[in-house]
Amino acid sequence: MSSPLVCTQAAGGRPLAIFVKDPAQVLQRFAAAPKLAGVTPASRLAVRPSPERVSSGIREIDALTGGLPRGCLSEISGSASSGRTSVLLATLAAATRRHEVCALVDTTDALDAASAAAAGIDPERLLWVRCGETGLRPRTPDRGHRPPSEFRALEQALRVTDLLLQSGGFGLVAIDLGDVSQAAARQMPLASWFRFQRAVEPTPTVLLVVAQAPCAQTCASLLIRLRSGKKLSAFSFQLSEKEMNCPAHTQLLDGLQIEGELLRSRLQRKPAQSVTMAFATKAAGI
Amino acid sequence: MTAFACILVPDFPVEALFRAEPELRSQAVAVLEGKAPLQKLFAVNEKARRAGVEPGMTKIQVEACPGLVLRARSELQEASAHAALLDCARSFSPQIEDAGSDSILLDLAGLEPLFGPPAKIARDVARRACDLGLEANVAVASNPDTAVLAAHGFSGVIVIPPGKEAEQLGNLPLDVLFTVGHDAEVQPQNTPSQIMEILERWGIRNLRALAALPDIALCERLGQDGIRLQQLARGCASRTLVPAGPPLIFEEAIELEYPLVLLEPLAFLLSRLLEQLCARLGARALATQELRLQLELENGHLHRGAGNAVPAGNDEVGNDEKDRRCFHRTLRLPVPLLDPRVFLKLLQLDLQAHPPGAPIVKIHLAAEPVRPRSVQGGLFLPPSPEPEKLELTLARIAGIVGQDKVGSLQLLDTHRPQGFLMRHFASDRQQQPKKEKQIPRGRKSPRNDNLANNNLDGDPEREIAVTALRIFRPPLHATVTLREGRPVCITCSKRKDICGEILWAAGPWRSSGDWWEQEGWARDEWDIAVQESSGITLYRLVRDLLSGQWRVEGSYD
Repeated sequence: MSSPLVCTQAAGGRPLAIFVKDPAQVLQRFAAAPKLAGVTPASRLAVRPSPERVSSGIREIDALTGGLPRGCLSEISGSASSGRTSVLLATLAAATRRHEVCALVDTTDALDAASAAAAGIDPERLLWVRCGETGLRPRTPDRGHRPPSEFRALEQALRVTDLLLQSGGFGLVAIDLGDVSQAAARQMPLASWFRFQRAVEPTPTVLLVVAQAPCAQTCASLLIRLRSGKKLSAFSFQLSEKEMNCPAHTQLLDGLQIEGELLRSRLQRKPAQSVTMAFATKAAGI
Repeated sequence: MTAFACILVPDFPVEALFRAEPELRSQAVAVLEGKAPLQKLFAVNEKARRAGVEPGMTKIQVEACPGLVLRARSELQEASAHAALLDCARSFSPQIEDAGSDSILLDLAGLEPLFGPPAKIARDVARRACDLGLEANVAVASNPDTAVLAAHGFSGVIVIPPGKEAEQLGNLPLDVLFTVGHDAEVQPQNTPSQIMEILERWGIRNLRALAALPDIALCERLGQDGIRLQQLARGCASRTLVPAGPPLIFEEAIELEYPLVLLEPLAFLLSRLLEQLCARLGARALATQELRLQLELENGHLHRGAGNAVPAGNDEVGNDEKDRRCFHRTLRLPVPLLDPRVFLKLLQLDLQAHPPGAPIVKIHLAAEPVRPRSVQGGLFLPPSPEPEKLELTLARIAGIVGQDKVGSLQLLDTHRPQGFLMRHFASDRQQQPKKEKQIPRGRKSPRNDNLANNNLDGDPEREIAVTALRIFRPPLHATVTLREGRPVCITCSKRKDICGEILWAAGPWRSSGDWWEQEGWARDEWDIAVQESSGITLYRLVRDLLSGQWRVEGSYD
């Protein structure tokens, strides 16, 4: 094999011609070049520390995910009656129990005060922002047609989340998009999610998004999908037949069976896998 | 050693004007008094004096003077400046005497260990007055009258050592003697002009010459007035300080020459007022938790914002001003703050949400003084928003979603559904020790009281998720078909997915309340399951027993 001729640009601007026989020598000569001397080899790069995890308030979800990561965007998706709000309230309650100040951006003004109290949320530590119809100063100029209320509420939610994340100091900021249709949620600009992720990254804040379908896409470090468990799916066929003759007032909704699936976790250095768990909620007389 | 300091603001009306318009400081300025066309110069600054302008000249006489800025006298601004001067003095000594609108006397006894020697105190006082927008002369002497004479006679900071009063005051002209107030109980035999005339006839031109006159001969000719003036000239007069009470009133005001229409120029003026207020509060080691803004609107305009505008029906104002309308805004803060930028931003946001509605002719800003917040931070405490940032964030959010849509929720002691109210969110409340938790009745439901306290004990081991309800605001009207008293089919016009056969229903749970009031309520609640495209969804269906209407109140999630 003939000697390769390597021509490169040295730091001083002069072309550097090296005649070498061994590729190892090529690497050594490159490493000795003044411009590359200060570059740290990839093998010596420090591993980014894993973010601190905090409890979600539900043991099964903590076992599944290892907890919600601080400084990251976590997403919980699921259809109606899949237990998203129950998980959200449990997470808020756990955060307020840790004496953290939390914020809930309620896009469709759907929070039930009695449910929040029954879940154990300390109301003095929860900032509740109710987006919706009566907001002032829409950013979208009125050109004769007004955007649907859902989009106005979404716009408000994005602006409010921006302000909350810039303000800092919150232990948990939750965005509730549970009643926002998938079509509207899909129209949220990806740049907003990147901005949120970037804003929350150097802080100890947990940013939690609850939606019908995943909408933060690649910005979400943790993605959990919830669905109703067997009990809810089956009781229409089993319980109703069984209890068809029972009077309605003797029946009682005692809770939901919820199944969760971990769809994505960037925090685990192992191949993505789908892990499921199940837990039940209890009706709290709300 | 006893020492007294005198703070004197020369050309006080002009200096008070400079506090409101600092950009005029580099120009020749004269302050006018009286009604047109008989306006006369009341005060001038040094630059105007050099241009040949003197107090007492008429407006017509000085109008031809090039570069001279004329302003009307504002007693409001003078009162604010005097209050600032008092605050400056009180920030150094508790024993002060209000010696006039432009001068304050301080007792410096015992201050040396705190603030250093008298010369340093005098420099610090002058610097503090400068921070408050007033250029003052400060003189320190062993007795109050000598300090007043020195403050009138020398510009800047001067310290007269004990025993050298006569020597230091010797070159001052005789007219400074009459700047010192005399005892009210002793009636002077001669007027100052008569005494000056007599002394001039004797060839007495300065204090040194007066001090050198023989006592008995002077008393024979001028009486007790002559003896008093000679003691002043020798710097040996002695009297006790008359201490002034500490009124904790922090107010600033500006009267505008032209009505302000836009909020942007108003922000500049508010910024100036806020800086002055905060400097005054800071000088007294205080902060504020409540700011009251009063905007006097132009004649003939009525503010339409109900609740915030009240007519200025004050007996003290003139008849012509009674027609004016005032616009009031009150900014209440959860924690004491002392940052003019935060106050300005909060006021801006508030005025943007609630504009005055008419041109503004007068701005009045008052602060309620409170002790500043003292919080002991901790390394291991959980993060919490900074109060200043949080207030701004809340104000901005309120501008987006509305004032009543942001805050923390408070459950009311009632069984009425959705019995809660929003209150202002404050991060400082969390620092306070928690009281024993009291569960309002509203948390419990008549349906199922035994499960109401799942996680309320705060035990982390008992992590049981509570089935949450998502509320539809407003509730969705529905058409329900009943069979044997139970709902079997539902149709909702607003939500097409809530439609079809009811797979399962539990209920009814009847509740009612407030029947003794007009806002009484009575309802039957059902929990129903409806098959939708995404699966089975559980809803709460409510029948209003008073109106007979069916509503879908929320979904279990």
